Amino acid sequence: MTTMPASTIDARELRGNPRRQRKEEAIRLLFLAAAASSIGISLTIIISLFDNALTFLTNIELSSLWTDGWFPRRGLFDVKTLLVGTLLTTAIAMLIAAPLGLGAALFLSEYASPRVRRIVKPILEILASVPSVVIGFFALTWISPEIVQMINPAANRFNLLAAGVGIGLLSTPLVASVAEDALRAVPNSLREAAYGMGSRTMATTLRVVFPAAISGIVAALILAVSRAIGETMVVAIATGGSGGSLFTTDVFEPGQTLTAAMAALATGSDQVRGAGQAFNSLFFLGLSLFAVTLMLNVVGDTFVRRVRNRY
Amino acid sequence: MTTLSAAGTVSGSIDRSLQRHGRDWKGDAFMVALLGALLTALAFLVVLLGTIMSDGLGVYTDRGASFLTSGLSRSVDKAGIWQGIRGSLIITAIVAVVAFPLGIATAVYLEEYATDNRFTRFVSLNIRNLAGVPSVVYGLLGFSLFVKFLGNDLTDGGGLTGGRSVISAGLTMAVLVLPLVIITTTEALRAVPQTLREGAIGIGATRWDTVRTMVLPNASPGILTGIVLTISRAIGETAPLLLVGGVTGFLSSGNQSMFEQLRGGFTALPLIVFRWSKEPKADFREALAPAAIIALLIVTLACNTIAIVLRNRFERRQQRV
Repeated sequence: MTTMPASTIDARELRGNPRRQRKEEAIRLLFLAAAASSIGISLTIIISLFDNALTFLTNIELSSLWTDGWFPRRGLFDVKTLLVGTLLTTAIAMLIAAPLGLGAALFLSEYASPRVRRIVKPILEILASVPSVVIGFFALTWISPEIVQMINPAANRFNLLAAGVGIGLLSTPLVASVAEDALRAVPNSLREAAYGMGSRTMATTLRVVFPAAISGIVAALILAVSRAIGETMVVAIATGGSGGSLFTTDVFEPGQTLTAAMAALATGSDQVRGAGQAFNSLFFLGLSLFAVTLMLNVVGDTFVRRVRNRY
Repeated sequence: MTTLSAAGTVSGSIDRSLQRHGRDWKGDAFMVALLGALLTALAFLVVLLGTIMSDGLGVYTDRGASFLTSGLSRSVDKAGIWQGIRGSLIITAIVAVVAFPLGIATAVYLEEYATDNRFTRFVSLNIRNLAGVPSVVYGLLGFSLFVKFLGNDLTDGGGLTGGRSVISAGLTMAVLVLPLVIITTTEALRAVPQTLREGAIGIGATRWDTVRTMVLPNASPGILTGIVLTISRAIGETAPLLLVGGVTGFLSSGNQSMFEQLRGGFTALPLIVFRWSKEPKADFREALAPAAIIALLIVTLACNTIAIVLRNRFERRQQRV
């Protein structure tokens, strides 16, 4: 008797309040605009780098890109001086960061008790959070005299080796944390199977866990290389930031890297800043740096995602 | 009889083969090597903190708070880091006003609103790539956009930002940390259980109601962790400030209005460290620079400790849910 006739439900009532829907849509668009702004940032970076780098390349003689040294104020823009300097510091940094970072990651993930891990991981994060300008200062005032000049007493106070060790120190926590994530993502069933077959921790770690996590470990190393190439303040301080250098492959000499050259150009005297090709070379270097690190990051990111998809 | 003794021999030989002869030297050496790697990394941190403390603490015991309250100076006895602290604080404030809302809004869009389409995938790929761009490149962006384009490249009073001003520096830093804010917020949002969203939608809440009343409050410790880490990064980052034109030498502090100060020249704590570490006078390099580093480290390490504590709490709560 009390059943309601179907006609009392109006289709309009199910559509909801139009004002509420308009508000909802406006909020969605606001968030969408925020998300889109990040694309604007990328575009601005690319446009400003390309624009000024092209100005630089069209205004200099291209032969000045391959001379005896990097002396922007004298119109000598030898790229190989910077590339070799960057390669050297990056290689040294990786010689430090790869064994230390991977060793720490393997220990924390395969050997350490949960308690040790809980204590040590935050300490590594603290090392990661030390500002690079502080590491640079440390490289100049401690690594250079105590380590580099111990190896070679004739070494310059400002040298590429100290800078490389400093960058390595800075990249170690990065390697450790990305690699540890990859190692911990390896399912325990693999470890249990290995132990069940009678292998010990070392064999399990090296023959089972490490190969299973290899893409994450490669990613950790690639991201660290990218970080090492882009690191500026450590090199700017530890190599003296003179702004110019002859071509050198000697790690006990100041040398010059891409990033150190940029920092030196930026802190240069006012007549150089803002005008002239020396200043525009900054953007050319920035563009090279951007291209190299972007490529490395894309490759590294692909490896990281592979780990995530696999397990 | 014979069967029993045979069984005894077999079990004995199994026992023997299970108890390997001697220790597993190779395995032990491997573990020691791994532990050594970890300890070496930690030892560097200890030496770093130790040398800086022993070099820098003297300045504080000799001069007390006056080191924190005086401005830049050529004279060792008068030089202090007040202008650097002020610059770093203003830069952090600008980052907080610009990057936090923008970054959180982006993360909310990507996690709560966006469907999995090309645009969304492109935006998140773009953000991951921006996170890996070297900071010095952000300095170039800041120079072209905020100093030159919006500021007419004049130190005094040009354009919107006033050229090489603290506004330009703060905006550059905001752009630099934006990917970090987005990524940490995205992770915090992802950790919110799906059931909370379903519950809200189920009782008729709109998407925005759900985000406002359910998702954001539950993700807030995670978001806060990201914010604290971001502040630490913004305070420690140096290279972009060099490119935007932070003053590394002398900086006058006249009686300007707040607005004029924002558009004027600036310095920051890490810039002072950089400047003093290159100073020809040994006192600057060997005493004042470590003292400034102590101030810088206290701020960044405090931020990171807060972040770690917050995250541990957050993770514990997530496990309970």
